[in-house]
Amino acid sequence: MHIPDGYLSPQTFVPLYGVSFVFWAIALKKIKHELSAKYIPYLAMAAAFSFLIMMFNIPIPGGTTGHAVGAGIIAILLGPWAAVLAVSVVLIIQAIVFGDGGITAIGANCFNMAVVMPFVSYWVFKLVKGDAKGGARFYAAAFLAGWFGLSVAAVVAGFEFGIQPMIASRPDGRPLYAPYPLSVAVPVMALEHMLVFGIVEGLVTALILKYFVKHESESVYAMKEA
Amino acid sequence: MTIFQKKLRIGLAIMALLTPLGIYLPNRFNAGDAWGEWGTDKIQELLGYVPEGLKKLSDFWKAPVPDYNFSGENAAFSTQVISYIISGMIGIVAAVLLIYLITKFLVKHEK
Repeated sequence: MHIPDGYLSPQTFVPLYGVSFVFWAIALKKIKHELSAKYIPYLAMAAAFSFLIMMFNIPIPGGTTGHAVGAGIIAILLGPWAAVLAVSVVLIIQAIVFGDGGITAIGANCFNMAVVMPFVSYWVFKLVKGDAKGGARFYAAAFLAGWFGLSVAAVVAGFEFGIQPMIASRPDGRPLYAPYPLSVAVPVMALEHMLVFGIVEGLVTALILKYFVKHESESVYAMKEA
Repeated sequence: MTIFQKKLRIGLAIMALLTPLGIYLPNRFNAGDAWGEWGTDKIQELLGYVPEGLKKLSDFWKAPVPDYNFSGENAAFSTQVISYIISGMIGIVAAVLLIYLITKFLVKHEK
């Protein structure tokens, strides 16, 4: 889901830089407000974790690849704003050092994977778990949080791809940037993430949450707030 | 550092060593690029042309370690595996460093 340079028109990537800037500014403010020394190592480990999990490319045999992002579990453990910061840092490093995701698309990729995903995951988790503090419902909520977060982010990315032929084409109709229309880009991005990569994201989210609840449940952000 | 944090760090180190699975499995199951992340060669193949704007922007940036691979696309698989692990470690160090710098900056401005 790392959109490379050239797939998005300036009319798309410039505004998305703007949106991501707003979220970065709020995230820094929120984190500054809540920052305690105890929390910094977790934030650093969360970023390292997200970087690593994105390296595990999962194949669809004979087809494409994809991967989990980790933004959902980070949002549950450290809060959605911490996830905005941790995953954005990772996406920026990936773009600059490894050419994974474009420089012009940093705003878009951060919006999809570091803003949309953690907030969707966090809300789904809170909504589904209700008052549960363990048990089937609690871990189902974690699975669905990861699954929904990644799937919705993929749909948003598919939308960004799919609107390109409409907003930036030559007079003869040939697209200037991402060539596939909404009717292709959205279903492809949605289905591969719902059926394959989202399942992995959900499992990772539930298993890591289980590990934290067992060892340090008092530190889980999503369990602290009422 | 608490024992729990130490365990988490060990977990991350194990993950870093296992990252080559992320290039081995796609290779093994003949899976290509992620959808929408093709290079211009592949787009030429898919569409028969490369959209003009895409072509212009696609080499906007030359990454120092493209695709987590130091040794180029045609390097032996074993070399790619080592590249991939080193890339993961560079990623961890860069991410941790950036988080510490940002949080330090935030705390400093608090006072």
